[in-house]
Amino acid sequence: MSNPRQSTPATDSATPTADSAPAVRRVVVVGGGPAAHRFVEAMAARGLEGSGGFEVTVLTEEAHLPYDRVALSKALLSDVDLTLGEAEMWDTPGVTLKTGAKAVRLDSGARVVHTEDGGEHPYDELVLATGSSAARLPIAGADKSYVYRTLEDVWFLRAEIARLAEDLGRTPAVAVIGGGLLGIEAAAGAQSLGAEAAIIDGSPWPMNRQLDEGAGQALTRLIGAKGFTMHGGVFPSEIVADETGAVTGVLMADERVIPADLVVVAIGVRPRDELVRAAVDEAGAAGENGSATFEVGPRGGVVIDETCATGVDGVWAIGEVASFGGMCLGLVAPANTMAEIVADRLHGGEATFPGFDTATKLKLSGVDVASFGDAFAQEPGALEIVYADPARGVYQKVVTTDDARTLLGGIFVGDATPYLSLRPLLGRELPAEPGAFLSAAGGGDAPETELPDDAILCSCNNVAAGTLRDAVNACGTCEGKDPVQDVAGLKACTRAGTQCGSCVPMIKKLLEAELTKSGVTVSKALCEHISLSRQELFDAIRVLELTSFEDIMSRYGTGSGCDICKPTIASILASQHSAYVLDAGRGTLQDTNDRALANMQKDGTYSVVPRIPGGEITPEKLGVIAAVAQKYNLYTKITGGQRIDMFGARLEQLPEIWKELIDAGMESGQAYGKSLRTVKSCVGSTWCRYGQQDSVGMAIQLELRYRGLRSPHKLKLGVSGCARECAEARGKDVGVIATADGWNLYVGGNGGATPAHAQLLAKDLDDETLIKYIDRYFMYYIRTADRLQRTARWQEELDGGLEHVRQVVVEDSLGIAEDLEAAMAKHVDNYEDEWAATLADPERLRRFRSFVNAPDALDDSIVHVAERDQIRPATEREKVSLGASIPVRPSAAPSALSEGV
Amino acid sequence: MTITAPAPVDPAELERSATDGLRSWHSVCSLDDLEPNWGEAALVEGRQIALFRLATDEVFAVEQRDPATEAHVMARGIVGSRGDRPTIASPLHKQVYDLRTGERLDGPGDALAAFEVRVVNGIVQVAA
Ligand SMILES: Cc1cc2nc3c(=O)[nH]c(=O)nc-3n(C[C@H](O)[C@H](O)[C@H](O)COP(=O)(O)OP(=O)(O)OC[C@H]3O[C@@H](n4cnc5c(N)ncnc54)[C@H](O)[C@@H]3O)c2cc1C
Ligand code: SF4
Ligand code: FES
Repeated sequence: MSNPRQSTPATDSATPTADSAPAVRRVVVVGGGPAAHRFVEAMAARGLEGSGGFEVTVLTEEAHLPYDRVALSKALLSDVDLTLGEAEMWDTPGVTLKTGAKAVRLDSGARVVHTEDGGEHPYDELVLATGSSAARLPIAGADKSYVYRTLEDVWFLRAEIARLAEDLGRTPAVAVIGGGLLGIEAAAGAQSLGAEAAIIDGSPWPMNRQLDEGAGQALTRLIGAKGFTMHGGVFPSEIVADETGAVTGVLMADERVIPADLVVVAIGVRPRDELVRAAVDEAGAAGENGSATFEVGPRGGVVIDETCATGVDGVWAIGEVASFGGMCLGLVAPANTMAEIVADRLHGGEATFPGFDTATKLKLSGVDVASFGDAFAQEPGALEIVYADPARGVYQKVVTTDDARTLLGGIFVGDATPYLSLRPLLGRELPAEPGAFLSAAGGGDAPETELPDDAILCSCNNVAAGTLRDAVNACGTCEGKDPVQDVAGLKACTRAGTQCGSCVPMIKKLLEAELTKSGVTVSKALCEHISLSRQELFDAIRVLELTSFEDIMSRYGTGSGCDICKPTIASILASQHSAYVLDAGRGTLQDTNDRALANMQKDGTYSVVPRIPGGEITPEKLGVIAAVAQKYNLYTKITGGQRIDMFGARLEQLPEIWKELIDAGMESGQAYGKSLRTVKSCVGSTWCRYGQQDSVGMAIQLELRYRGLRSPHKLKLGVSGCARECAEARGKDVGVIATADGWNLYVGGNGGATPAHAQLLAKDLDDETLIKYIDRYFMYYIRTADRLQRTARWQEELDGGLEHVRQVVVEDSLGIAEDLEAAMAKHVDNYEDEWAATLADPERLRRFRSFVNAPDALDDSIVHVAERDQIRPATEREKVSLGASIPVRPSAAPSALSEGV
Repeated sequence: MTITAPAPVDPAELERSATDGLRSWHSVCSLDDLEPNWGEAALVEGRQIALFRLATDEVFAVEQRDPATEAHVMARGIVGSRGDRPTIASPLHKQVYDLRTGERLDGPGDALAAFEVRVVNGIVQVAA
């Protein structure tokens, strides 16, 4: 078909229309993956009203809104929402999404799609976006293997690996068959869930479709260093199981058996072209010779032309199911482009598919692999400029035309930094001689040239450098046309960087360059009073050995500070000097909770949390807590960090309460500080029949070591006695999990609003090395993180990410390990219990008074009522009904209150 | 608003000043009872107020009740500045108010009531 504007047919079911009002065009989309999503988004962006308007119906067999398959691995570790774009888009008038609606028959003559549930969906335009399914392995036992394609697949793996760990009482072994991008990603996923992962591939090196032999060797090294076992060059012949049906391993063609408890197959994808094949068969059977029909591609898929039209009138195909130039493209970038083209054509445009680049970059931290363009130098006369250091796992290659000027492609393994800047230059003249881009060769002085405006910077979303520049300079198409000055804004406005994310560093660079050009300084200032970033301030204070707020402000600040810079400075001073936080004018810098050494609650009362290291407590100490809570009528609750929180204490009661606790041998739990909170532990090898190490002992040791350590945000640790992970250590900033040989160290786990699982930093450590690494990790974080930046965000945003952290902590790449350890040693030596120190000094105690002119009077705005046999704050309504100014109810511990301070 | 009267004042003067015009001045505490930049709550005629002494020895008084949450906590917030205005940030949710006028500075929202303060003979007095 040529011009879709003329192709609007008058089907039987079309509404009869007057000449003046063109009919609404019914567009049916089969499939609900990224391609379908982008198509609907593109239709909505162009408007569904014009010339009669459109009604778009999406039929997807999955139960979910279209989600981001590219980011599927993220769903392994946490319950992220991968829904593409804004869910509200599906509420746009004229758009209907039917989930759980599998299309089973296509009648292109009658222009109707039939769904499994018996539904009939007549269309004027049909868009096939059925994508692919994971290929299965044609060997014996294959029914016992699993694939890696949908959310359900990933959720299953997560549950299954946990179940195996529990049932087997050891680390489960996962074998992934297929050493391509997906296979490596799946293996890394299994490893991140705590399994041992092996990769099996029939070809001699992994990713052999993207990498030549040298690159493949380098990658094999890197993968080995990550702890995967690689079995290359032999094909699997059977998946073997024991008599109960449980998988035990993979039998290879050379008779070896690779042990495995779970087998994942990632050998490629098959286009979901079954609707079209059936339609072709039907047409053939009906003998409809001569009428246009679908063509199925040589490797499956529906053949399309450069307008994305199939051979049948009114039927288009986009995404992985579309076969173009004899190939189905297994990437989102071409799927997005095709979706835009069909939307454009339906709106009367003339867009065509420009061809594609199968550039790929592995999304695996610490394994930098990228391949793009003519990676195998197949162009006649093409030159390959190569740097290879297989021992270090580094391989870099630039492919150019025979005059060494025009960039044709490249491969980068081990260090893919140049890929980012080269990628947009594909097919263009290189700004320097090719060797300059081989950064690992040392001669890499590639010039920092500006990308031309039409160079595509984000290939997933086809965003050109010029579009980003427009957005930054407010002449783009972004809403309100305000200048966009941060990466998040650019992502929202141009979509660049929102899919695979590999272009984000380039976006950041371009943004900074543009802002510098327009004279905007990229502000890292803490607040209006301090123009330095937290990290700069931390360094300045450390180097100049500044100890007072006044000194710091006179050098680096203006005005009298605020609720942002004051607590930040207080925290930095506390991290560096471990001195009593309320002395020498520092008291006035402290945030709400630190000021009273207790956590302020909504009614202005405080909660009190004594330290219970590792969650281990004697019955006697439990009795002390019970007695104190009873005496002062405090509400008690067990916290998530395995200790006991007592609520409802008045400011002036805090010293008495603490005196009783401290006399009984307890100390401040510092629940109020941005500082070490707790080290949660399971019961470990002492009692548990599965335990491999003494997790409680280690937790106590760690808690006593890091107690009182102030940091940019609160810090939590967890220690589990075996891979069953009962302490949920991987939800903590530092998670320690026992193995048969020692401890595995995980870092950067956070709960809260954006949860993150901690990532493996080092394996099988002895006690001493474990503590050394944690010392370094914490101190490096404390020195370099932003204010209120938790460890997960910090290590994600550091240049080089987790890998960089590993180099600094494990390999001491910056040569600061000794310094970091010394700083921690100083902290450990200087620790004192803040509450004991407070009680020892009447000057300090003076601050805990209700009213400066009436220290014995009670704050009568605090009213508590009873609920489930304990107190709770009265609501405003209850206060009114109790009488506005009644003094504190007898229920709030009259005996204690009458004693005064 | 602050009037600092550093010179010694005779006690009779102090008495007379207890009511001037429609305001009545209440002696609350001595200046030395207040630590610079550290707020304290005070009871004035049964009403809770928050007192702040700045490093310059100026003293400010606002109501102790946090307009956003109704909790009586303002004295426990952080003293600071915005431009040249002295400020207090609520300890609960960090809304920022002008210490001189009680005006909310970080966005729309209820103001804090602010009271006049003077220091006479080392005694802090609040008009309420
Ligand atoms: C783990 C993983 C990592 C990846 N990483 C990358 C990457 O880094 N970069 C990259 O470019 N690409 C990556 N990909 C590939 C990318 O996800 C696909 O190219 C993309 O999803 C293709 O989109 P699509 O809409 O064409 O097909 P699909 O995503 O397959 O969506 C098709 C949808 O249609 C539904 N459907 C099929 N048949 C019917 C029917 N008859 N009736 C109703 N509904 C039907 C399917 O259930 C599915 O929901 C990755 C893929 C995976 C699995
Ligand atoms: S309690 Fe600890 S040692 Fe026991 S199974 Fe759980 S994680 Fe393993
Ligand atoms: S290149 Fe994939 S998101 Fe930009």
